[in-house]
Amino acid sequence: MKQLAEIGGVFAYLSLLTVGGGMAAFPELKELTVDVHHWLTFPELLHYYSLGQLAPGPNMMMVASVGAHVAGIAGAAVALIAFLLPTGVLTFAVGRVWNRLADWPWRAPIQLGLGAVSVGLVLAGVIIMGRGALTNVVYVAIAAAVFGLLMLTKINPAWPIIASGAVGIVVHLFG
Amino acid sequence: MTPAPSLWRLFWVFLVMGATSIGGGVVGYLRSGLVTRERWLDDPAFVELLSISQTLPGLNATNMAILVGDRLRGARGAALAALGMCLPGASLMTAAAFVYGSGGDSPLAKAFLHGIAAGAVGLVTMVLVQLGAKTLRELADYVLAAATAVLVAFMGVPVPYALIGVGAVAIWWHGRRRQRNTGDPK
Repeated sequence: MKQLAEIGGVFAYLSLLTVGGGMAAFPELKELTVDVHHWLTFPELLHYYSLGQLAPGPNMMMVASVGAHVAGIAGAAVALIAFLLPTGVLTFAVGRVWNRLADWPWRAPIQLGLGAVSVGLVLAGVIIMGRGALTNVVYVAIAAAVFGLLMLTKINPAWPIIASGAVGIVVHLFG
Repeated sequence: MTPAPSLWRLFWVFLVMGATSIGGGVVGYLRSGLVTRERWLDDPAFVELLSISQTLPGLNATNMAILVGDRLRGARGAALAALGMCLPGASLMTAAAFVYGSGGDSPLAKAFLHGIAAGAVGLVTMVLVQLGAKTLRELADYVLAAATAVLVAFMGVPVPYALIGVGAVAIWWHGRRRQRNTGDPK
């Protein structure tokens, strides 16, 4: 019960950090689940995050994996609800008064200012992920290849990511 | 536009989008589902709700579900649309945790997961570049973004401090510029 409450607290807090998308919460997600609570190891977190990129729907459904990893089905449900509820209520409320906010003079500065900060948070997330995932030159090459392919083509990202996993197996067997 | 759908229909349409939008790019799936197929929204309304979704914290896809659900069927519509959007992915990722717990330690599974983690870094970098191209407009924006990343990734500053500290400077900067450019009083 205490653990479920902790899971709820952590993911409700992370929810509020998802400015500009789920990735902005990654640095704090790693800090809290790996370093503070020791619910899972950093490689395990990276694996769930990457598997989450292959799952349909919103891009952070891996919070359910972390919850399930710690406390089974109940943990998954608590993590998901805690992660969705605070920002969900905020979006619901702001959506209803948005038209009145349209003329608020601070709206544009807040939008522009937080936009720049959220790009910085996503960049921090990429750096922290890269430290864990790009352990040698082969994995750097995989990441660079996927990045190049996605920038240059309109291919569904699921395919090059699955291919990355296949390359990982080939490297393991023959490397 | 068609009349407001039943709650069940609303839930079902979002459940289908939640189950089929594989590989990110969920905005494209939302547009073809809501504007093209169901005609619940026209394009200007879709763009307006999308800009609210992207401004507020939270995942874009769930924010869109909440705003569209509320617009069509009120609070219960918002809750059911968000639930439908998340249920397939969250169920799969819960199942993945159990599979991982029973087989994730095998060397082959580890090699596969290490590979897709590297691929995911490539994907997230692409998302970063696209977000940056859309969001960063002047030198100051790049400086603010870089400062945030250095504080969080290299100096271990907790995200809320970075968010509030750099965020306050960033909002002040854009507010001051706006005032100077337009002569608009606060």
